[in-house]
Amino acid sequence: MADLKLTDVGKTYGGTVEVLKHIDLEIEQGELIVFVGPSGCGKSTLLRMIAGLESISHGTLEIDGEVVNDVPPSQRGIAMVFQSYALYPHMTVRDNMTFALKIAKKSREEIDAAVDKAARILQLEPYLDRLPKALSGGQRQRVAIGRSIVRDPKVYLFDEPLSNLDAALRVATRIEIAQLKESMPESTMIYVTHDQVEAMTLATRIVVLANKGIAQVGTPLQLYETPENEFVAQFIGSPSMNLLAGEITNTGPQTTVALAGGGTAVSNVASQPSDMGMKVNVGVRPEDFVAAGEGGDFVYQGRVDITEALGEVTLLYFEAEGEAPPVIAKLPGIHEGLRGNVARVRADPAKVHIFHDGRSLAWRDGTPGRPVAAVA
Amino acid sequence: MAGQKSTLTWAVHISVAFLVLLWVFPTVGLLVSSFRTGDQIGTSGWWAALLPQEQVVQFRTLDPDDARVPVGDLFVVEGDIFEGGEPLDIAAYGTSSRAVGAFEPGEVSEMGEGETLVLNPDGSYVWTGTDDQISGRGQRIFATVTSPPEFTTANYEFMLLDERNSEGMTRAFFNTLTVVIPATIIPILIAAFAAYALAWMDFPGRALLVAAVVALLVVPLQLALIPLLKLHNEIGIGKGYLGVWLAHTGFGMPLAIYLLRNYMVGLPRDIIENAKVDGATDFQIFTKIILPLSFPALASFAIFQFLWTWNDLLVALVFLIDSSGQTTVMTRQIVELLGTRGGDWEILATAAFISIVVPLVVFFAMQRYLVRGILAGSVK
Repeated sequence: MADLKLTDVGKTYGGTVEVLKHIDLEIEQGELIVFVGPSGCGKSTLLRMIAGLESISHGTLEIDGEVVNDVPPSQRGIAMVFQSYALYPHMTVRDNMTFALKIAKKSREEIDAAVDKAARILQLEPYLDRLPKALSGGQRQRVAIGRSIVRDPKVYLFDEPLSNLDAALRVATRIEIAQLKESMPESTMIYVTHDQVEAMTLATRIVVLANKGIAQVGTPLQLYETPENEFVAQFIGSPSMNLLAGEITNTGPQTTVALAGGGTAVSNVASQPSDMGMKVNVGVRPEDFVAAGEGGDFVYQGRVDITEALGEVTLLYFEAEGEAPPVIAKLPGIHEGLRGNVARVRADPAKVHIFHDGRSLAWRDGTPGRPVAAVA
Repeated sequence: MAGQKSTLTWAVHISVAFLVLLWVFPTVGLLVSSFRTGDQIGTSGWWAALLPQEQVVQFRTLDPDDARVPVGDLFVVEGDIFEGGEPLDIAAYGTSSRAVGAFEPGEVSEMGEGETLVLNPDGSYVWTGTDDQISGRGQRIFATVTSPPEFTTANYEFMLLDERNSEGMTRAFFNTLTVVIPATIIPILIAAFAAYALAWMDFPGRALLVAAVVALLVVPLQLALIPLLKLHNEIGIGKGYLGVWLAHTGFGMPLAIYLLRNYMVGLPRDIIENAKVDGATDFQIFTKIILPLSFPALASFAIFQFLWTWNDLLVALVFLIDSSGQTTVMTRQIVELLGTRGGDWEILATAAFISIVVPLVVFFAMQRYLVRGILAGSVK
């Protein structure tokens, strides 16, 4: 139950290999923060640094206003749930859950009360005397979480807790974690995942990590609606946002961009007169495209290479131009007979993003000021 | 592919069967021989010991001068060849050493000039002839009898219980135990700590130490015998149990550390990190997490070390056995027996079996740990 503050935190291996740099992050009590990012972006490393399992090469980590850089893991008031569960295989569920308390030399009554409470919350009562090998994956994960709960930590750390579960169990356990968080609103949780859905559904705020730094911090919908940069724009949402190269031809409260493909995009993002002629990328999410008729404006036109009719939506994959990834449109409803033909799509100006040098024009005068890592 | 697989399976099965036979035959032979007398070993192989023995036994009728009875103008001697003993099955008999199986039981054997002898299946006989013929010594009867299998524990009584037998195995047996038990436990205790440190504790020079352990694995122990004995003599240990324990500990240590470290390093890092987050110290992690999880590796090394030290002759000769002979071990005792009792196979077989029975029990009791320990780490 604590505030957490990272100031200019960095991690270097062997003095030369830089993994993370300039991480500034404040986490308030009661938040559930999700770290997401592509594999190798350092999200697990950051979590392990908070846990104390990796040393902090640079900067400071404060928990409850106290710098804990050199405090051993057990005294930081944290509990960690590992991807592999990391249950002690030779101990029963009860012994697994009481291990930390016994080491801390808690009284018998205290231990029993804590275990009973955790077992009740997680519905583990029937399994307390079993060994981990006699449990299913979901049950093991619950034991791992229970082991954290009994310690009543200031901060819960979850390292990809669901990635070892199968799809159905993953959804169920995700909901359980959400309920757990709701039942303990005071607790602070940090959750690492590479799964967008987990991030979007669980998080109070999401921290997108990329290229050794933080790409953007915000609520799930902020990240979706107003991505700060091309990386976040493309990372959040599936299929990812289309980026179309173009040049600004009209500035003002609305910006018009003439696209290289022949289309024209109008965006509600404001621009200044000096932006005229600026080379930009226009970003449109596949689901924000709507079919455009003959004549009239269009953002993109191209020959449809593949269609995927899912019933509620139809995915159109346009023929790729050169090396660029194909433009994808996700149109509501059923559209037949488009494959092999030329189709046109347009977009609502409110849903058209403009990026220059990887950064969103919308954020130019917004709340930046925070150094944003160079975007991949 | 399926064909290849089944060929391979067959090859494996045949190899296994071959290895099993290769091990079982001598062992069973030793066991069976140790329960037989020297004569039995001399007449038939151990594989025949369980079958009824067919052998030609020479009997002699009662002395005619005492036992003959006149019948008409002839004399008759009657009796029973099994008089006072267990009756045996008679397969055939003869009256001459040149034809020991010439007649069926009950058949009349003509011995020339009217002299006859009948041996009945129950062992009774009737010897009939003239005054001249039925005189002198009793007539020889060669009976081919089959006797049931017979075993004796006399060899074991002699080797283990007979206090007058200066070549007995009892003292050597307990001496060997005195050597082996500490020589198994001490290296495991030390190596387990070392292996944990080399696997999971960060300190400078760790990789070098591991490399040194691996390097020591290939150093033959013969190299160290003389310098080590000199050292023992100089620091006052001399020859004795302490010296041999220390020597076995030292010689077993590289492999012990290597095996245990490799096993421990394969334990999931998450578990150990979780224990750290739970607040466990290194010592608590070692005793509460690592040791219980390493039991298969500990057991497998214990079996190895036990078998080596049990079967060891060289190290015991150098570091333990002095001229008093009070501290002789079983391997040494068997070497002595080979010299003094080289022809007495029943004694040698008994001594050999006494020396392998404990390893056999240990092996069968713990073999699942042995297999698991060897495989451990290679298969997740």
